[in-house]
Amino acid sequence: MFPPIPNPSVASDAATPRFGEKDVMRRSASEVTPPAQRLTEVAKLIDVSKCIGCKACQAACLEWNNLTEEIGFNHGTYTNPMDLTPDTFTLMRFTEWVNPETENLEWLIRKDGCMHCEDPGCLKACPAPGAIVQYSNGIVDFQHDNCIGCGYCIKGCPFNIPRISKVDHTAYKCTLCSDRVAVGQGPACQKACPTQAIVFGTKDEMKDWAELRITDLKSRGFENAGLYDPPGVGGTHVMYVLHHADTPSIYAGLPDNPRISPLVDAWKGMTKYVGLAVMGFAAAAGFLHYVVAGPNKVSEEDEENAERLADGTPPPAPPAGLHEGRTP
Amino acid sequence: MSADNLKTDTPNDVEPGDSVRPGHPVQVSRYTLPARINHWITALSLVLLALSGMALFTPKLFFLTGLFGGGQWTRVLHPWIGVVLFFSFAGLFLRFWRANLPAREDGTWLARISDVLRGREERLPEIGKYNAGQKFVFWGMSGLIIVLIASGIAMWDQYFYAFTTIEQKRVAVLVHAVAAVCIICVWIIHVYAAIWVKGTIGAMTRGKVTGGWAWRHHRKWLRELVGKPRRPVPRPGTPAE
Repeated sequence: MFPPIPNPSVASDAATPRFGEKDVMRRSASEVTPPAQRLTEVAKLIDVSKCIGCKACQAACLEWNNLTEEIGFNHGTYTNPMDLTPDTFTLMRFTEWVNPETENLEWLIRKDGCMHCEDPGCLKACPAPGAIVQYSNGIVDFQHDNCIGCGYCIKGCPFNIPRISKVDHTAYKCTLCSDRVAVGQGPACQKACPTQAIVFGTKDEMKDWAELRITDLKSRGFENAGLYDPPGVGGTHVMYVLHHADTPSIYAGLPDNPRISPLVDAWKGMTKYVGLAVMGFAAAAGFLHYVVAGPNKVSEEDEENAERLADGTPPPAPPAGLHEGRTP
Repeated sequence: MSADNLKTDTPNDVEPGDSVRPGHPVQVSRYTLPARINHWITALSLVLLALSGMALFTPKLFFLTGLFGGGQWTRVLHPWIGVVLFFSFAGLFLRFWRANLPAREDGTWLARISDVLRGREERLPEIGKYNAGQKFVFWGMSGLIIVLIASGIAMWDQYFYAFTTIEQKRVAVLVHAVAAVCIICVWIIHVYAAIWVKGTIGAMTRGKVTGGWAWRHHRKWLRELVGKPRRPVPRPGTPAE
């Protein structure tokens, strides 16, 4: 068993946050100088093989974050609500999967939510300065005061996590309980998990712990057991132990090889720089042209010709060979 | 066939409201009051869209959201201004599309683009109400506005989130950004041409240009106008050509 995080201290200084603004490593739509020293990276490890689907984590998440989910409908599945919402930061997704090798029905239960990517697509896509920050311990957090509700984070996210609230029109997702972690506590979901399927600690500790779990799973015949810490997004600060790590997508569509979409990269990279350059060039070309060619002015002769035409006096004929149309 | 039809290749070149008033100088009515109002609503929308869009396009220009009452308001207003622009431009399209159909002299005009840029109009063919450059602006705007409204709706999450997949939204934001860059370039060409070619802006403010302006830049149109009967005569039946 992984040593549980001790209960909070009652000492008066225990509530002082241990990280904050000074530890911001990345800030959306802003340039920041990363802190000289990085905090120890934290991670949440979700061991899918130990999950019993009790949803205590889902309830704890609502409770800690003071959220109330709408009463929904039974859609014939344990998954409830049917998708992440602005109020449901974490969601148990239940999949009934027939293992083609053993023909056994396997009940795959995955706790879905923000993965806290090392290379966060949401932050990259966000146009509002400071609406998304990444702390040097790896936590990616939304700052609702700065959020404009455009939904670009949704397009940037490779995991389809953020949701825009219809109430305050800002984006919501798992915070990795940054407020709890700041005072030395684990996330609420981890605290509530009765089977230690969710554990929390430093990223290195979590990797070591995952290794033990994977060895155990392999000894029980799950030869494809492995850690899900996708390199396409630089690794994540929420990791899974999967019994079928060769096919993550069987776990309710967990991306096999997540990465920030090349479309988003092109949009936020090339398009921005080339676009600004092209517009700048067009304006500069106009200016230069004016300087070089000078204004295109109507001459006195043009006015006289027009007057003659309007008076019915034949004005000069169109230059031969230039005008192919018939003239009166 | 009416006599009017004999005179030009493109009888649609003369638009309702276009007329010549002899005098010194000759005055030519180019745009009716409704057309001008229609144009300026479109222009204002396009400028506001460019400002609010650029604010969301690059963090360096995010401060422009201040013009619209902050980030949230910019996000709210931008798509609605887009709707205004779409319908306003649709009005312009219906007014102007006939006169912007390709004509034979457009090819020659384009082939002699260097003379155009040097202002040597005596070396250019006689042009109808619009030259090929103006037609490029017209059709460029028309096409890009269709692309922008379509991609814009796909990324208007407040009302249309459920109608597209995230992958489609990603395509939409990229297409929207590229099309926006293009339309701003077309807009720069449009505005620059109006500044460069003196006497043009009056066409969209007072609705009139001088005869000399029309003679110099749109001689074919001017000839058509001079030859036009004072009051529009209903065409006898449908021509069988």
